Amino acid sequence: MAASNTITLHYDVPNDDFTRAGEASSDLKSKLKQMGVDPGAIRKVAIALYEAEINMIIHANGGTIDVEISETGLKIVLKDVGPGINDITQALQAGFSTALEQIRILGFGAGMGLPNMLKNTDDMIIDSIVGVGTTITLFINM
Amino acid sequence: MENFYHSIYLDKDLCKGCLNCIKRCPTQAIRVRNGKAVINNKFCIDCGECIRICPHHAKLARRDTLDILKKYEYTVALPAPSLYTQYNNITDTNLILNALMSLGFNDVFEVSAAAELVSEATIKYIDENKDKWPIISSACPSIVRLIRVRFPNLIEHLLPLKAPIEVAAEMALEKAVSTTGLPRNKIGLIFITPCPAKVTYAKEPLGIEKSEVDAVIAIKDIYVPLLEAIKDLSAEQAEGGSLPNLAASGKIGVGWSCTGGESTGTVSDNYLAADGISNVIEILENLEDERFKTLNFIELNACTGGCVGGVLTVENPYISHSKNKHLKKYLPVKVSSFNNRSTTVYTEDIDLNWNKEIVYEPVFRIGNNFMEGLSNLNAVEKIVESFPGLDCGSCGAPTCRALAEDIVRGEASDTACIHIFKEYFNFLTLQLSTLTHNMSNASDAGASIANLEQNLTGFFNQGESGKQTEDAEPPKKDKPKKKK
Repeated sequence: MAASNTITLHYDVPNDDFTRAGEASSDLKSKLKQMGVDPGAIRKVAIALYEAEINMIIHANGGTIDVEISETGLKIVLKDVGPGINDITQALQAGFSTALEQIRILGFGAGMGLPNMLKNTDDMIIDSIVGVGTTITLFINM
Repeated sequence: MENFYHSIYLDKDLCKGCLNCIKRCPTQAIRVRNGKAVINNKFCIDCGECIRICPHHAKLARRDTLDILKKYEYTVALPAPSLYTQYNNITDTNLILNALMSLGFNDVFEVSAAAELVSEATIKYIDENKDKWPIISSACPSIVRLIRVRFPNLIEHLLPLKAPIEVAAEMALEKAVSTTGLPRNKIGLIFITPCPAKVTYAKEPLGIEKSEVDAVIAIKDIYVPLLEAIKDLSAEQAEGGSLPNLAASGKIGVGWSCTGGESTGTVSDNYLAADGISNVIEILENLEDERFKTLNFIELNACTGGCVGGVLTVENPYISHSKNKHLKKYLPVKVSSFNNRSTTVYTEDIDLNWNKEIVYEPVFRIGNNFMEGLSNLNAVEKIVESFPGLDCGSCGAPTCRALAEDIVRGEASDTACIHIFKEYFNFLTLQLSTLTHNMSNASDAGASIANLEQNLTGFFNQGESGKQTEDAEPPKKDKPKKKK
């Protein structure tokens, strides 16, 4: 249950439906704007969350997004039960991608997902077990 | 906060309080209250969608009539290029320009001529500002207003150049002053507009301090008198008469009236051109997430088809597109250019740059500060959960969420929701029947009456005032399910 000085939001990211990528990002952006969050922080949230949504759809059969907003910033927990990340250091390298050719043709899987998320957050914790799933926690300060 | 003038207004007598406009408005700026539409001035971007959809023609656009010509000693018509595609079988813009003269204007100055100069300056700006790619076109005033209130991160991407309408007005003014020697107030620069957004622009422009446009006449208002003048001139031409050449623009300038035209003028193959306000919003959302990394120019038009789709035009936008293609067939690529002064109607260099910063106006905020916003958003979420989520619009707000926001802002009550109202009504009916049942037992009846009276008072007070208490707490309602 959310305390009075925080707000929590939940989003489900569907499996394999590209048309719905960006829904969470869009919704969160409009709420942050309503709350009067600094546009700079909103920009970071928008980019990081959109990348996360795309990642979940491409790699992990969808997942869930839980956002907690407080005066100090945002905590975004991205949870999936996908294949897990084999080598996190490698995955964080710009340009590294395991995406299938058919996804690259669509303009995705350029190997910029995780690096872009890292670039647009103040802290990022990746917790992944191969074959079990991945939980990524993003922190964006305000 | 400034520049919230609007050309769009409501005729209360014509408004029936239906829900068409509240559903169509892209910024959710309209509510139906007490049976009439109310436009929120802070949210409205003058896109004209409500004018388009209103079945009772209750949404109107402020504008001038041809009578305005009498107000000035010397008048110059500034026709938008979308005017050229309103008539059939026009192969030469010069005929329309001369017809404008016969309506009483002393001169004409094509906005499309100025557009060719803006295109030239745009190419230069794109080239010199790679760090700001993609550059977003700023010619459609509704788009600039939309970005100002909803997309703060995209303001820096806006093309900081005056729109063709302004450049045309400045050049026409310079020409009028030099040829007549009249003082500024005796000269009337009159724009012929396809849309209400440009009327708003002329009154309260963004990006510049003040517009030189003195008055604005709608294409649909000038359509018939101009048609008569065109017929007369055509007849004269058929008898061998010739018309002076007033045309000063080519394919590029004339092309600006249709989506893709402005982009063509940038001579880039790395552009995106979108039209229709909902498509535009989708593109802006994507831009905000930095999804288009390779584009250098984004052309956006609020109206479907571009300016030819403006609500103050007569011709169907798709037919206009077709006509535009035919019209351009016989035109040179461009006539007006900074590099070719012999064909360009101006004497001195003009400054095409914006001179006033565009500032983010966070009109959609629901609190005065972050903490208030957070607590209000929490309140909104809770209220939304209690609503059926039908987005039926019966309450006068476009969606359940919009009503929840109105409640938190203190502008509506939750009994505005017909479904909540019904639930509550059923609850009261139940209480009433309990009361009737208890009438046989005097001691229970007293308590039941008191209970019912209290609930009725609360219910009708909420309904009547249409307002919640000053604080932002969600309204306390007695849920029938819990009481039972």
